[in-house]
Amino acid sequence: MKPAPLVEVRGLRRVFDVSPPLLNRIVEGKPRQFLTAVDEVSLTIDRGETFALVGESGSGKSTVARMVVGLLPPSAGEVTIAGVSMTGRAAANERRRVRRRMQMIFQDPYASLNPRWRVDRIVAEPIRAFNLIQGEAAIRARVGELLGFVGLHPADGVKYPHEFSGGQRQRIAIARALASDAEFIVCDEPTSALDVSVQAQILNLMRDLQDRLGLTYLFISHNLAVVRHMASRIGVMYLGRVVEIGDGRGLFTAPKHPYTRMLLDAVPDLAHVGRRREPVRGEIPNPIDPPSGCTFNPRCPYANERCRAEVPALLEGVACHGYHERRIPTGPPALAIDAPAIEAPAA
Amino acid sequence: MTTPLLQVRDLTVEFVTRRGVLRALDRVSFDIARGEVLGVVGESGAGKSVTGSAVIGLIDPPGRIAGGEVLLAGERVDNLPPEELRRVRGKRIGMIFQDPLTSLNPLYRIGDQLVETIRTHTTLSASAARKRAVDLLAEVGISAPEKRIDSYPHQFSGGMRQRVVIALALCAEPELVIADEPTTALDVSVQAQIITVLKRMCRDHGTAVMLVTHDMGVIAETADRVAVMYAGRVIEIGRVADVVGHPLHPYSQGLMGAIPTLTGTEGRLAQIPGSMPRLSAIPPGCPFNPRCAKAYAPCPTVRPDLTAFDRHPVACHLYDPAYAPREVAA
Repeated sequence: MKPAPLVEVRGLRRVFDVSPPLLNRIVEGKPRQFLTAVDEVSLTIDRGETFALVGESGSGKSTVARMVVGLLPPSAGEVTIAGVSMTGRAAANERRRVRRRMQMIFQDPYASLNPRWRVDRIVAEPIRAFNLIQGEAAIRARVGELLGFVGLHPADGVKYPHEFSGGQRQRIAIARALASDAEFIVCDEPTSALDVSVQAQILNLMRDLQDRLGLTYLFISHNLAVVRHMASRIGVMYLGRVVEIGDGRGLFTAPKHPYTRMLLDAVPDLAHVGRRREPVRGEIPNPIDPPSGCTFNPRCPYANERCRAEVPALLEGVACHGYHERRIPTGPPALAIDAPAIEAPAA
Repeated sequence: MTTPLLQVRDLTVEFVTRRGVLRALDRVSFDIARGEVLGVVGESGAGKSVTGSAVIGLIDPPGRIAGGEVLLAGERVDNLPPEELRRVRGKRIGMIFQDPLTSLNPLYRIGDQLVETIRTHTTLSASAARKRAVDLLAEVGISAPEKRIDSYPHQFSGGMRQRVVIALALCAEPELVIADEPTTALDVSVQAQIITVLKRMCRDHGTAVMLVTHDMGVIAETADRVAVMYAGRVIEIGRVADVVGHPLHPYSQGLMGAIPTLTGTEGRLAQIPGSMPRLSAIPPGCPFNPRCAKAYAPCPTVRPDLTAFDRHPVACHLYDPAYAPREVAA
């Protein structure tokens, strides 16, 4: 029997209040406005795997990440980690125990490290916060070991963050995440701020650490190639919903949802020297006033009446009426099609 | 043979700081033919944006062009007096910056900004210029341009703004457009649209483009030739298929191997140890030698020049028959 997944997310939803200030609402008669950033997101992450969420800006992938680690309370839905509900009211100590085992790595290593603290204090903070090791000498030894894990020198601990490059800072952030013996790490665009050669170093390091320590990653990125390289399973998000979920190979060789296909066709890749590209239609609509039915319908070449009226459910790993009705083509993405580059009228 | 549209010869740019003179560009040379797209790639600090700024004469003090020359259609433009330079800039060389919001004035309607630019560089009347602005907006793929022309920049999305910026750059039908990271701030699906617009505009108008970006994928699909920069120097230049498919310089090889691709890279990515040197501490000889696994005797002392030893010009001693017969990694 398959072991229970480490992370289970069910029906997650987050609504932000983006109303104008109270006075404007009274004086100008403006209504309250709500933005549904994440809606009906359900996923499971197995122990030791890398699950990736991809999507363009505004798709809600970072909001999901923040709700999973508990930085943001969900409006509805439930996050269960290692069998403990992180959103319910019960069992506060249970939650605290689990929380120690999850950490987050942020996109901008320039903003996520306190510039006034020395590196050894930054890395030791989770150890002190959770009271994991007693005695200064023992803490110092552990910090040295952690810095060694991520390819830095233990003597680097006395330096300040500004003395390090972006890649080295991201290594410090990883060392800090590992300090509390975390087994589940949420990485929100960990390499987006880095140059490609440094990105390769960090991605390799993350994989090495996963092999060595049996880590589980929730990996958030807009870069499909990075996701393809890192993840065993991938969820594609569009306007707050997961539109397709599947294992890496299947998703990239036979995308089911038209949006996944469009994304794959849109990404410039080294393998496509001189390729004529598939025209991309439209842009992401305003999330305050999303289209009815399937939110992708205004940009979808296969949309029909049902797509405009009814929200598709995520079945067989894809949320698309067209796919379930077998009326859209499947198979490999049209990477090699020599289509004339016609500009579609923008919305 | 016709003269290339743009010739850059031994261009050197220095920044004078309190801690000494920093050399941001060191004897950079390349050509761009009419209608050609030259990609300039490199990581942060390689000098690719400075190259673009130097060509269009936008190096401000404490920076200065310390040597070399820039020729546009055979005439020098790097030593023009400010008045004449202003006439070249915008009229003959257009520029597209990374962030479309900062390249547009938020207080003016986009139509007014287009009309002002058109009238500065041409003799069109106000109404003819407005008509031309509408045509340009339609050409870069903005629907209902007659209506959108009276919008303000904040009413446009990022992709739409970048289209407006492209329209602005092309107002005066320039011979050369310098596009500095034109798609970096955009999402992939919008990026694809912008690349398509840029390519089509260049094809239709015969405009040459210098495309500065750190994204090899964008270069691979857009450019005809590519120049790879490292520590302020061009270390390899050639046709895109050659440089991407068979990079010669160890740095280019490492760079291509470090990029994950959609077809899937199992296992580890190639990894270049270390990071780009600071401008204040560029190693002597070949600037890449401390990070290079194949560095040998001449590398730490003798600077390699861009020479066509093999398929295309590369600045690397490995390919120089004058040095010891080394195994050439091909």
